[in-house]
Amino acid sequence: MAKRIEVEDLDIYYGSFRAVRNVSMTIHPRAITALIGPSGCGKSTYLRALNRMHELIPAARVEGRVVMDEQDLYAPGVDPVDVRKHVGMVFQRPNPFPTMSVYENVAAGLRLNHKRIRKSELDGIVEESLRGANLWEEVKDRLGKPGSGLSGGQQQRLCIARAIAVKPDVLLMDEPCSALDPISTHAIEDLMAELKENYTIVIVTHNMQQAARVSNYTGFFNIGGTGEPGELVEIDETPTIFSTPTHTDTEEYISGRFG
Amino acid sequence: MSTPTKSRPAPPETDPPGDSTRLVRGSLPRRASWGALGAATLVAAVVAALTGFSVTLFVLLVVVLYTAGMYVWSRSAEGRRKAADRAFTSVVTSAFLIALTPLISVVITVISRGAERFDGKFFSYSMRGVVGDGGGAYHAITGTLITSGLATLMSVPIGLATAVYLVEYGRGRLAKSITFFVDVMTGIPSIVAGLFAYALFTLVFGAGTINGFAGAVALSVLMIPIVVRSSEEMIKLVPDDLREAAFALGTPKWKVILRVVLPTAVAGISTGVTLAIARVVGETAPLLIATGTTASTNFNPFSGQMATLSVFSYYEYASPGVPPEPYLARAWTAALTLMLIVMVLNLVARSISLFFAPKTRS
Ligand SMILES: Nc1ncnc2c1ncn2[C@@H]1O[C@H](COP(=O)(O)OP(=O)(O)OP(=O)(O)O)[C@@H](O)[C@H]1O
Ligand SMILES: [Mg+2]
Repeated sequence: MAKRIEVEDLDIYYGSFRAVRNVSMTIHPRAITALIGPSGCGKSTYLRALNRMHELIPAARVEGRVVMDEQDLYAPGVDPVDVRKHVGMVFQRPNPFPTMSVYENVAAGLRLNHKRIRKSELDGIVEESLRGANLWEEVKDRLGKPGSGLSGGQQQRLCIARAIAVKPDVLLMDEPCSALDPISTHAIEDLMAELKENYTIVIVTHNMQQAARVSNYTGFFNIGGTGEPGELVEIDETPTIFSTPTHTDTEEYISGRFG
Repeated sequence: MSTPTKSRPAPPETDPPGDSTRLVRGSLPRRASWGALGAATLVAAVVAALTGFSVTLFVLLVVVLYTAGMYVWSRSAEGRRKAADRAFTSVVTSAFLIALTPLISVVITVISRGAERFDGKFFSYSMRGVVGDGGGAYHAITGTLITSGLATLMSVPIGLATAVYLVEYGRGRLAKSITFFVDVMTGIPSIVAGLFAYALFTLVFGAGTINGFAGAVALSVLMIPIVVRSSEEMIKLVPDDLREAAFALGTPKWKVILRVVLPTAVAGISTGVTLAIARVVGETAPLLIATGTTASTNFNPFSGQMATLSVFSYYEYASPGVPPEPYLARAWTAALTLMLIVMVLNLVARSISLFFAPKTRS
C-alpha cells in the first residue's frame, strides 16, 4: 500500500519557462509531508508532477526522476494513466461530478476503470470509502442524491472518498482546506491523521498551523524573484523546521516576516 | 430612571442631515405609465384621425409621445436617472414589440388559413389520384420525417465527433482549418447544398438520381456545422476541474470524454441538435432539387422521388389547379403542420435540457 517516493533532480517546465528547479526529496510512506511556501513558488506544479497530471497542460514537461517502488514514473514506456491509479489527488476546489449521485461519485473511479464489479462489492467499497472520509453518517440516507447538492466541506470529503475508493498508494492534496470553514477543516485534518496509517500523503498548504499540526515532514519552497524558478529550500521533520530551521528564509517565512 | 454611575465618553456626533444624503425622492403614482400610455394613445388617435388614419403614423406617435411625455414628467418628479430609465425601458419595449409583430402576424396568418384543411384526412391521405378538392399530406409528412431523420442520423455522429476532436484533441493547423471550414459551411446557401447533393448523386449513381437520401445528404451539409458549433460550445463549458478529477482517478482520456465530459454536456448538446433539426426541417430549396416531389407515399429513401412538407406546400401554392382554393388551403395547412413540428421540436429541446441538466437537488 503506502509507498516511498524518491524525487531526484526534478525540473518542471511550462514550455520554455522553468517553473521549478532541481528538487530532490524523499517522501516517506505512512506519513504526511507538507509543502509550504509563498504563492507562485511552484508547489502545485511540483505536486502535479508527482502523478503526471502536469503533462496534461499543453507543452508542459518534466526532467529528472520520480522513483516509486524502484520504478521511475517518467521512464519511457510508463503509462501516465497507470501512474495516476497509484497516486491519487484531491484538488483545492471540491469537484464532484455534477451528473452523478453521491454513490456514483465515490464509485466513479472503479466504474470508470474496471470492466465489471459486483454490486455488493461496490456497495462495500463505497461505504468503506465514505466512512474513511468521515462522511458516511451525513450522507448514508441520500446516496442517490446529486453529489453537487452537498455543502462545500461535504463535497471536499466526497472528493477524498472518491480518491481513496480506488485505493491509491499515495494521496496528493493541493490546499484541500482552503475553501472550507474551521469545522470542516478540522474534520479533514482528523481524516488525514487517520489516512496516514495506510497512505503516503503529500499536502500543499498556506496554513502554517495546519502544517505544524498534521504533518510529519515539512518542505519549504521559495522563489528567487518573479520569472525565476521555484526551488526546494529545505525539507525536514516538521518539529525541526518549525523550531530550528537551517535557512534564515525558512525561519522568516514561518514566523510571518515575509511571504 | 437609571443614571450611569461611570461617565462614558460621549459617542461621536453624526453630521446633521443634509440635502446630499436625502434618500427619499419623489416618485410617480403607481399606475402612472398606464395612464400616460392611455393619454398618448388618445392624442395619437386624434392626430392620426385628423390626418387620415394611418397605422404607421399612429404607432409611431404613440411611442414618441409616450416616451417623451414620461421622460419629462418623471424628470420633474423623480430626477434624471429614473427619467432616463423610464425612457429607455419604453424604447426597448417598443423595439421588442415591433420586432415581434412579423412573428405574430405569420403565426396568425398560418393558423387562420391553415385551419380549414387541418383535419383527419389531411394527415391520413396522400395526393395520389387527387385532383381538386380532398387529399392530404400524409406522403409529405412521412417524407419530411424520413429526410430529416436520416439527415440527423448522419449529422449528429459526424458533428459531435468533430466537436469532441476540436475541443479535446485539436491542436495546431488541422484544428484551425477544420474550424475555418466549419465556419464556411455555416454560410453555405441552402440551394448550394441541394445542388451539391444533386451533383454528387449524379456523379455516383448516374444522371437524374433524385431520392430522399440525396435530400438527407443536402440537409446534413446544412446541419453538420450547426451541430459542430453548438456541441463545441457546450463541451467547452465543461469545467476542466471535472476532467482533472477524472484523470486523477487513473482514467484514460477516451473514457473521461465518454463518461464525464459528454454526460455533463449532454443537455446542451441535445438542445443544440434539436434546434439544428428544427432549422433544417423546413428547408425547401435543397429538397426541391435533390428529393423532388411525388403525389404518392414513398417510404424508401433510396429510390424514387419523395414529397416533403415544404416542397409540397411550395408546389400547391406556386402552381395550383383550377379552381385554386383547395390547393391553397392544402399549402397553408402544410405550412401549419411544419410550424407545429418545429414548435414541438423546440419544446422537446427545452424538456431535454431540463431533464439532463446536472442536478443540484432532486
Ligand atoms: N498552466 C500554466 N502555464 C504556464 N505557467 C504556469 C501555469 N500554471 C502555473 N504557472 C506558473 O508556474 C509558477 C508556479 O505556479 P504554481 O501554481 O505551481 O504556484 P503555487 O506555489 O502553487 O502558488 P499558490 O500558492 O498561489 O497556489 C508560477 O510562476 C506560475 O505563473
Ligand atoms: Mg497552488
